[in-house]
Amino acid sequence: MASLVILGLIALFLSLKGLHILTEEKWGFITGSAWEVITDDTGSIAEAKFGIGAMLVGTFLSAMIAILVGVPISVLSALYLTFYANGKVKKFLISVIDLMAAFPSLLFGFWGFFIFMSSAEYWAKLLNKYLGFIPLFDVPTPIFERSPFIAGLVLAIMIIPIVTSIAREIFDQTPLDRIQAAYALGATRLAMIRAVVIPFGRGGIIGGAMLGLGRAMGETVAVYTVLNVVYQVNWQILFGAGGNVASLILLKFGEAGPDEVDALMAAGLVLFILTLLVNATADLLINRFGGKGR
Amino acid sequence: MTQTIPTPQKPWQPTKLDRLEDLAVVLASFVLAWLSVQFTGLNGKLGFFISLFFSLLVLNFGFHFIKQGSAAAKDSLLKVLTVMAIVLTLIPIVSILATVVSKGYKGLHWGILTKDMALASVNDPIVGGGLGHALVGTILMVGGALIISFPIGVLTALYLTEIRGPLTRPIRFLVQAMSGVPSIVAGLFILSSLVYPVTKALSGLMGSLALTILMIPTIARTAEEMLLLIPNELREAGVALGGTQWRTVAGVILPAAKSGLVTAIILGIARIIGETAPLLLVTGGGDALNLNPTEGAMGSLPYYIWKAFLTGGTPEAFARAWAGMLVLLAFIFILFGLARYLSGRKVG
Amino acid sequence: MTTSHAQPASLASVASARTLSQPGTALLGTGLETRGVHAWFGKKHVLSDITLDFAAGTVTALIGPSGCGKSTFIRTLNRMHEFIPTAAMAGEVLLDGKDVYAPGTDVTKIRLRVGMVFQKPNPFPSMTIGENVLSGLKLAQIKKSNTDELLESCLTRAGLWNEVKDRLNEHGGALSGGQQQRLCIARSLAVQPQVLLMDEPCSALDPGSTFRIEETIAELAKSMTIVIVTHNMQQAARVSDYTAFFLSDGGPGEMIEAAPTSKIFSSPQDKRTEDYVTGRFG
Repeated sequence: MASLVILGLIALFLSLKGLHILTEEKWGFITGSAWEVITDDTGSIAEAKFGIGAMLVGTFLSAMIAILVGVPISVLSALYLTFYANGKVKKFLISVIDLMAAFPSLLFGFWGFFIFMSSAEYWAKLLNKYLGFIPLFDVPTPIFERSPFIAGLVLAIMIIPIVTSIAREIFDQTPLDRIQAAYALGATRLAMIRAVVIPFGRGGIIGGAMLGLGRAMGETVAVYTVLNVVYQVNWQILFGAGGNVASLILLKFGEAGPDEVDALMAAGLVLFILTLLVNATADLLINRFGGKGR
Repeated sequence: MTQTIPTPQKPWQPTKLDRLEDLAVVLASFVLAWLSVQFTGLNGKLGFFISLFFSLLVLNFGFHFIKQGSAAAKDSLLKVLTVMAIVLTLIPIVSILATVVSKGYKGLHWGILTKDMALASVNDPIVGGGLGHALVGTILMVGGALIISFPIGVLTALYLTEIRGPLTRPIRFLVQAMSGVPSIVAGLFILSSLVYPVTKALSGLMGSLALTILMIPTIARTAEEMLLLIPNELREAGVALGGTQWRTVAGVILPAAKSGLVTAIILGIARIIGETAPLLLVTGGGDALNLNPTEGAMGSLPYYIWKAFLTGGTPEAFARAWAGMLVLLAFIFILFGLARYLSGRKVG
Repeated sequence: MTTSHAQPASLASVASARTLSQPGTALLGTGLETRGVHAWFGKKHVLSDITLDFAAGTVTALIGPSGCGKSTFIRTLNRMHEFIPTAAMAGEVLLDGKDVYAPGTDVTKIRLRVGMVFQKPNPFPSMTIGENVLSGLKLAQIKKSNTDELLESCLTRAGLWNEVKDRLNEHGGALSGGQQQRLCIARSLAVQPQVLLMDEPCSALDPGSTFRIEETIAELAKSMTIVIVTHNMQQAARVSDYTAFFLSDGGPGEMIEAAPTSKIFSSPQDKRTEDYVTGRFG
C-alpha cells in the first residue's frame, strides 16, 4: 500500500525534475560524453552541456569486471558450501559470508584504497606488460592507480557475499530424488553437479548474478574512493581515470548550480531505471527458477 | 539370544591415510610452486600464487588419476577449485577485519565517544576531538528511520502473508524493486522532493527519510519471512476462537512473531547504519553535537569517516577515519550477533 | 504350519506357480551377500544383524510392515545409506565375495554394479528420453561406441521401446508415471549392473503399469540378481523366488525369516511371519 505510493513518488519527482533536461538533450543525454558548465566572466552560466555517456561506459565496465571476476568465485564457493562443507565448518563460513554482506560499502572503498591498491596496481602493470597489445589493456600514459580495473575488482569482492548467498540457497533446493538418481547410477560428485545441479539452478544463478550486477552498477562511495573520478570516456580499464554514474553525481553535487543539479537528477533517474530493470529481471529469474516453480 | 551389538562405524569417511595423502599432495604443490618461482621468470607473491594454483590442480589431478582413474581425477579438480574459491572469498574478509582493527586502534582514545569535532580539525592530534556527535547523529537518524519504516514494513509484510489480497503481486514486486534502489538515488529523491522545494535546508530529518527508503524493503522482507514461519495452526486456532482477522493478527500472530520482528528491526538497522551516499547529500554533516533533527546539519558516523578521509591528509586524519570505521563495524557486529541469537531461539 | 485362511492359501498357490529360478550361472558372479549388517541414524539403532544371501540370478522380495528398515537395508547394499549425515553401519556387504565397504573401494564402481530403481520415478528432466537412458554412461564416464544398440536393448528389456522409439528426442516429462518408471529401469540397465535393487517400484503406479513392470522383472531376472522391497504381498508372491520378512517391535528392524517364496506363504516357520502374511497386522 504505502510502498506503492513511495515508489511512485520517487519515480514521479525524479522524472519531473529531470524531464526538462532530458527534453532538451533527448538521447544526447544518454550518449553524450561531455559534461561541461562554462561560465563567463561574471560567473553566470554561458553554456552548459550535459551528457552521461562517458559515465555509462564507466558503469558498464566496472560492473562487468565485477561480474566476470565475482560470479565464478561465488558459484564455486556456493558449491563448496552446499556439497562439500559439513556441520560446524559450513555454519561458520555461512555466518562469516553473511557478515561480509553487511560491511558498509565505504569500508570496501577504504580497504581498496589503502590496502588493495598496491597489489591491484601491480597486477594491472603485469596485464599491461603481457597483454597490452589488446586495446582494452593498453594505456595512454602509465598511470595505473585508481583505474576501472581496480574499481571492478573491489566491486567483485563486494558482490561475492550476495551472489554466494543466493547461489547457495538455490543449490540447497535441488531436488533430492534427482541427486540420488545420479549417485545411484555411479556418478562422482562432479558428474552429479553437472547433470543435476547446474541444469536445475542455471536460471536462478543468472538471477543472482544480475542482482550482483545491480549492486555493482549503483555503487557510489566505494567506487568514488578507489577510482579517479574524471569525466572522460575510458575503455582502457587499466588506466587510472573514469567513473560511474553514481560517483559522478557525488562528485558534481557539491558545486552544482541549479541547472546542473537538474542534470544530476536526470542522471539519477537514468541510474534508477537501469538498476530497476536489472533487479526486476533478476527477481523474476530467481523466483521462477529458484525451485519454487519447478 | 543376546548378542553384543557392534559399534557403529562410518567406513565411507576418509581414513587417516586418505587425509595424509591429501596433505602430502598439498605440500608437494607448495614445493613445486616454490621451485617454479626459483627457476622460471615468475616472481614475487603473484608468481608464487599463480604457480601454486596450477600445481595444486595438476598434482591433484595426477594423483587421483593414478589412484582411481579419470572420473575421480576430474572430480578432485572440482573439489580443489571450490576450496580455492572459498579461500579467495575469505582472504579479503580477513584482510579487511585485520586492517580495521590495526589501523583503527591508533585512533581510539578515552574521549572518543563523548567529544565532537566542533573545535578540532581532522588533522589535529587524535585526542583533541571525537565522534560523539557522529554517534548521536547516527542514533537519532537511524531511530527516526525506524519509527517510520517499522510500521510500514510490518504492515506490508502482514498484507503479503495474512491478507493476500489482489495487490499482492505488485506489492511484492515493488518491495523487491525498492530493495535494489541505489542509495544515492534515495538521497537524490529526498533532495529533489523535500529539500529543494520545501525546506531548503539540510538536516537530520532529511537523512532519516532517505534512510527510510532503504530500510523499508529490508524490514518488509525479513518480517515476511518470519511471519511465514508461524505455523498455520496458530492462525486457525485464533479464528476458531471467534476472532476477526485483525484480532487474530494482533492477539495471536504478532506476539508469536515477536522475536522474528525484532530480528527484522536489527537487520534493517544493520542495513542502513553504514550508508554514506544519501547522508552526504542531505544531512550536511555537522561537526558539533546537534540534538535537533529538524534543524541544522547533523553528523553521522559515515559522514564523519568520509570527512576525515577526504579533507584530511595527515596520519591523524586517517587514524580518525579508521577509528570511526572500527566503531561502526563494532556496532554491526553487535547487531549481527543479536540477530543470530534471536533467530536461534524458537518462534515467539 | 498349515492354516485354514483363504488368503495365505492363494498367495501360496500363486507363489508355487512360479518355477523357482535356478541360482546363478558363473556369468552372474556369486551374487550379493550380507553378513551381520546393522544400521544407525545417529544413536538410533534401526537395523539389527541382517545376514542374507542373494543368489545370482534370483529375485528376492523383502516384505514387512512400514518402518521396519527394509528401505534402509536396501540402501546399505549400494552404499546410498551413507548420504544421510547421521548414518552409520556395521557388518559386511559382499559383492562377489568382496566387501563393498572395504577401505580403498571405489564407491562409484560399486554403484555401477549394483543399480537402483526408486519408489518415485525420477528421470532427469533436463534430458531427452534417449539421453536419460544413456545418462548412466555419461555420469560414470564410460565410453561406448555403439550407443544406439544399447539404447534400443535397454528400452526393450524395460518394456518401453515400442512406446517411445519414435520420440527419443522428446523430454521425459511427457511420459506417464508407469512409462517414467520403465524409463528409470532402462536407465539403470544401461550400465549393465549385476544386481538391481528396487525400492517399492510400483507403489506409485496404476495396476496396468505394475503388471508391465512385473513382467519386466521376470525377464530381467534371467540375467541379473534382483532385490525388491514391496508392501504388496501378492506382488511378492508373483515375482520373487525368495522372500525375507522384516519386522521391528519398536527397536531395530530384524529379519525374522527368509525362505523360498512358496514356503513363506504356505508354511511360515515363525508365528510373526504367519501373522503378517495372513493379514493379522501390517
